[in-house]
Amino acid sequence: MRLSRGLRATLLGFTAVVLAVIWTPLLLVVVNSFNADRTFSWPPRRLTLHWWDVAAHSQGARAALWTSLEVAALATLVSLLLGTLAGLALRRTRFFGRNVVSLVIILPIALPGIVTGIALSNMFTTVLGVGLSIFTIVVAHATFCIVTVFNNVQARLQRLGGNLEQASMDLGAGSFTTFRLVTFPMLRSALLAGALLSFGLSFDEIVVTTFTASSRDQTLPIWIFQNLFRPNQAPVVNVVAAVLVLLSAVPIYLALRLSGNSGKALTGAR
Amino acid sequence: MLSGLGRRPGVRAGLLLTPPMLWLGVAYLGALAALFLTSLWGQNSFTGQIERVWTLDNFRDLFSIEVYRTITFRTIGIAALVTVVDAVLAFPIALYMAKVASPRLQRLLVIAVLMPLWASYLVKAYAWRGMLSEGGLISWLAAPFGLGSPGYGLVATTLVLAYLWLPYMILPIYAGLERLPDSLFEASADLGAHSATTLRRVVLPMGFPAVVAGSIFTFSLSMGDYIAVRIVGGTGQLLGNVVYDNAGAANNLPFAAAVATVPVVVMLAYLAAVRRTGALENL
Repeated sequence: MRLSRGLRATLLGFTAVVLAVIWTPLLLVVVNSFNADRTFSWPPRRLTLHWWDVAAHSQGARAALWTSLEVAALATLVSLLLGTLAGLALRRTRFFGRNVVSLVIILPIALPGIVTGIALSNMFTTVLGVGLSIFTIVVAHATFCIVTVFNNVQARLQRLGGNLEQASMDLGAGSFTTFRLVTFPMLRSALLAGALLSFGLSFDEIVVTTFTASSRDQTLPIWIFQNLFRPNQAPVVNVVAAVLVLLSAVPIYLALRLSGNSGKALTGAR
Repeated sequence: MLSGLGRRPGVRAGLLLTPPMLWLGVAYLGALAALFLTSLWGQNSFTGQIERVWTLDNFRDLFSIEVYRTITFRTIGIAALVTVVDAVLAFPIALYMAKVASPRLQRLLVIAVLMPLWASYLVKAYAWRGMLSEGGLISWLAAPFGLGSPGYGLVATTLVLAYLWLPYMILPIYAGLERLPDSLFEASADLGAHSATTLRRVVLPMGFPAVVAGSIFTFSLSMGDYIAVRIVGGTGQLLGNVVYDNAGAANNLPFAAAVATVPVVVMLAYLAAVRRTGALENL
């Protein structure tokens, strides 16, 4: 690398400053969950563990967390199935409309969430006459999660090619045996990476969710959003926010393990 | 039977594709089509019932009523501004990560950029609400300079959206620059170019498609946002708020559908415009 010393130092300084700005709000959320005051005032005058205790007993937050986990798990299951099928279908075979198929898979994530949200909500309530429920949230989430699995599967298949499967077939294994013993093990870590992204995307989603959830169904983001403007709930929201910031280390850790520490598995987000 | 299918790739692909295409091609595209049909329907102003009569009234309202025109241009303007701010901030960071940092530092930096991406969207917007509040971190930092927090409004919205989508810009540019061979930089230096010239004549043009790829995320995400606006935007509204309010509280689904076509048309136009840069292969 032959950039001048001055330029390299400038880039380093710039990177450090921007990263500090990126991290400040997150660290602040964690510090603020210990703030004895009810407001987000800075600097905090007194620290306490009291709000963590209150939050741990908050029925609403706990129920919302379970709903979110349930929705994310189901949506991930559906997108694993459909994303893998689509990824397998689009390998090697060149057919008319191949690009259209990829576009249709990418579309739910490329269009603003508000469009996907209102379109699906309109379809459920006015066209199909299905009441909004957990089920409709899962359908909506799976729609934009399929692409994460599809992308990972497609990239893996492209990289590995078909030689191993060819060999398996030549040795007399049928399609199903080849899939079970060769293709699937080959895809496993790509599927895990896709599932991780899909789970994260669904767990954090709010825009599409506000359109496809009934007033009874509260995912964690919806719970936070509804309690955000209630002053007496602020301390509990602060703690839930801090927990979510701390939990974001989990997918990073898992993805690093998946990708043999190179961090590549993570860069496909959205 | 299965092994027979293995030898007929067309049939196999068709069978594999059926479930995902029923879901996305039929259900999702069908939902989008139904939405646009709804935008061409009217609404009974007394009962609030949708009337299935073809009309362009919703679009006429959208373009002729001053407020909606302002909000449309404001939304596009803010999305463009957010995109430019993110590109300017992201490029140097991505360049440092891809071409200057040691492999070890590179890995740490990727984590430092990625982890905030996984932290909840709402939590980040909420953190900014606290920082921008009276007595929050920003007014505390700005006080010694005789300044205050910008408060809640369009400035805060732009700031928060730029913050939220910055990682979506850094990562594609990083991936794009990392692919550039180091020999390019050396060749440029060997031919007598200074760092600044190399930057301007080699790095920027080669990295541009990646910037465009990132801009698709930042632009699209900003065009459709209504949550961040609700949290830090004060009274300033964007298109997303108009869609949400009409679909919900105002209960005018046909008009909400008409407004929702605006981000779609703008995004499709944007995608068509950037296709020639090769950015779409960079996604």
